[in-house]
Amino acid sequence: MAGDGIVQLIDEKGKRLDGRSVDELRPIEIKIGVIENADGSAEIRMGKNIIIAAVYGPRELHPKHRALPNEALIQCFYRMSTFSVNDRKSPAPSRREKEISMVISSALTSVVLTEKFPRTTIDVYLQVLQADGGTRCASLTAASVALADAGVPMRGLISSVATGLVNDKVILDLYDIEDQKGSGDVPIGYSPILDEVSLIQLDGVFTVDQFVEALNLGVKGANEIYEIQKKALKQKYTSIRAEVAVEPKVEPKEEPKIEPKVESKVEPKEEPKEEPPKKEQSE
Amino acid sequence: MSKIVVENHEIVIPGDLIAEGEYRYGEGVVKRGKEYYSTLVGLFQDKGDFIQVKALKGKYIPRPGDLVIGKIIEVGLTSWIVNIGAPYSAILIANNATEKRFDPVKDDTRRIFDVGDIILTKIASFDRTRDPSILTNERGLGKLRGGRLIEIEAAHIPRVIGKKGTMINMVKRLTRTQIITGQNGRIWVQGKKVEDELKAIEVIRKIELEAHTQGLTDRIRDMLSNSQ
Amino acid sequence: MGEKYILSEIEKDYIISLLEQNKRIDGRGLDQFRDIKIETDLVQKAEGSAVIEVGKTKLIVGVKATLGSPFPDTPDTGVITTSAELSPIASPFFESGPPSEAAIELARVTDRAIRESHCIDLPKLCVIPGKSVWILFIDFYILNHDGNLFDAATLAAIAALATTKIPKVKLLEDEEVEILEELEPLTIKHYPVSVTNYKIGKFHIVDANQKEDRVSDTRITFGFDEEDHVVSLQKGKKGVYSPKEIEQLVKDSLKVSKNLRKELMKALSK
Repeated sequence: MAGDGIVQLIDEKGKRLDGRSVDELRPIEIKIGVIENADGSAEIRMGKNIIIAAVYGPRELHPKHRALPNEALIQCFYRMSTFSVNDRKSPAPSRREKEISMVISSALTSVVLTEKFPRTTIDVYLQVLQADGGTRCASLTAASVALADAGVPMRGLISSVATGLVNDKVILDLYDIEDQKGSGDVPIGYSPILDEVSLIQLDGVFTVDQFVEALNLGVKGANEIYEIQKKALKQKYTSIRAEVAVEPKVEPKEEPKIEPKVESKVEPKEEPKEEPPKKEQSE
Repeated sequence: MSKIVVENHEIVIPGDLIAEGEYRYGEGVVKRGKEYYSTLVGLFQDKGDFIQVKALKGKYIPRPGDLVIGKIIEVGLTSWIVNIGAPYSAILIANNATEKRFDPVKDDTRRIFDVGDIILTKIASFDRTRDPSILTNERGLGKLRGGRLIEIEAAHIPRVIGKKGTMINMVKRLTRTQIITGQNGRIWVQGKKVEDELKAIEVIRKIELEAHTQGLTDRIRDMLSNSQ
Repeated sequence: MGEKYILSEIEKDYIISLLEQNKRIDGRGLDQFRDIKIETDLVQKAEGSAVIEVGKTKLIVGVKATLGSPFPDTPDTGVITTSAELSPIASPFFESGPPSEAAIELARVTDRAIRESHCIDLPKLCVIPGKSVWILFIDFYILNHDGNLFDAATLAAIAALATTKIPKVKLLEDEEVEILEELEPLTIKHYPVSVTNYKIGKFHIVDANQKEDRVSDTRITFGFDEEDHVVSLQKGKKGVYSPKEIEQLVKDSLKVSKNLRKELMKALSK
């Protein structure tokens, strides 16, 4: 990894290859309710990642002997579509996919109030349509939203992002090339309200200081992602409230009020204000 | 110092802080130390010294006494397994199915209820260690024939019914339909004309969509009167 | 997972009684498709992709291309291979595991329409005869199942293929192939479209949703190209058709296919 082999992923001005600064997230969009048949669902776009999370449950678990007597089981199925990556991926589930399914299940189990549904399973399907680094994090973020959409009671949402090490700098939200050519990758799943880390892994070579920096940067990123998740969940209902508030009502049969006459004031002429230049939306 | 930090009827999400101090609490709330948090996406309800978060979505959880609409999915020699839209299937045993005593030698369960039958039934008992048990041997319960079946979120059934039945009675009257609402979110509608049934269903779906808003009863009344 | 789908008698009777009045549960005519939405190029990493919604049925297809060896009996043509997955993300009635019979049938029927119609100019995909050709992987994932996967899949596949771009290649010495950065679209010669009819009692409907599919005991799928040729045919399920029925159905389906092709071309012209 030393000497000429190192790829320059950050320039002297601190800009990454995709123009972001070291502590900047990729643009994120979350849509709720994209899979009609599921009990809850969400689609996340995070940079070029496109992932759908669908929740079915709580529902009965078969075979019955696998069920837990006092709580719900959370099963996660993370799968990458064959066309989600540059070199077509074989359709059969790989060991990597199984491992990711496992760490996501564990994270979700820590926040879901599983004791409310003994002997059942809550199945979380994660279908990656396009992958560009940090898919397990984007998946966990979407899974939390999908569970909330399904009405599964939780102590809080999990927000997830990967930090990493490139050219000796700790950066937030690695994308594909940084993941491949950098020196380290730390996916983190964090719940802001609870201040809990429910998922954390590390690949690479970090000094302790670098790791601590990476951890804290991950927490900062998770806090930003949390606001986006929250907005998406509330939006579904607040937008309906806004719509019905402006719905034209059938005319009430009251007498129209008689407005009291108001002396019309002469308004001083105002100079038209200059519009400030619109900021680029980075969501 | 007791303090509620969100407004009544505000939409909250899992993890939102809703109150501090001493409160009695119900559905959708978890207490940590002296703080109360929402566990659901729902409507915060402030009832003085009692707080809860009313779910906007979620599976039906059986409660003894609930009237529900079930679908027979398996027939056994002396019992049936019934889908009631809950995380658990319900069991209907033959002796709870008919008023007459069931005789396993002479009677055939398949002739009473067969796979696919829709039944109006009541939750007899339910505890977390066993599947819910249901009964149909009371007046008014049993197989539903004809009509139309729809499913809405169980959480919105109270809104469809309305205070003392005001909403559902208005819908029945103005669409000239018979409507039976199951606590599990399943609703059976029957009218003399297809258009009446479809209108009733359209209205019910609108109630479901706007259950979390104000002024719904008026809008529904307008919707029904305008189509007369 | 893999719950059994049980349609109640109330639902069956309702569907059939409406059909006797020439109506369907969602108000459509017997020969009417649900609203169709096609989006292409969603997945930039794929050489081609399309997401389709037909009513609430939603699926995505991706096309990936790699260079590989041709089949020995067709040394100078490219290869297409189609697969489908009916994963439980799309329905509580799907089970996880290796492709089910239904998934295999879906893949094969769609493949037939593409292959038999000569939709893609396969000889053009030959790079070095006998040694190196483009292999196109056409992979389907169902995202939400509400019936009529066949027709949705075919439309999506053609939309994806028509917007697929593969790298240009340069032949070097020693039969080495250099894959260039520049892309070029696939040459599409024909635009097949499929129409699947479901028989319920004595009625025939197109674009059945999940419930109608469950009530029906027989289905038949016709593939047509834009020159009115029948390019594929598949009868499924356990019921039967009379020859007269099939004669009538092929003519009716041809008419329906023209509207579908209009939707397809509209989406492609965007």
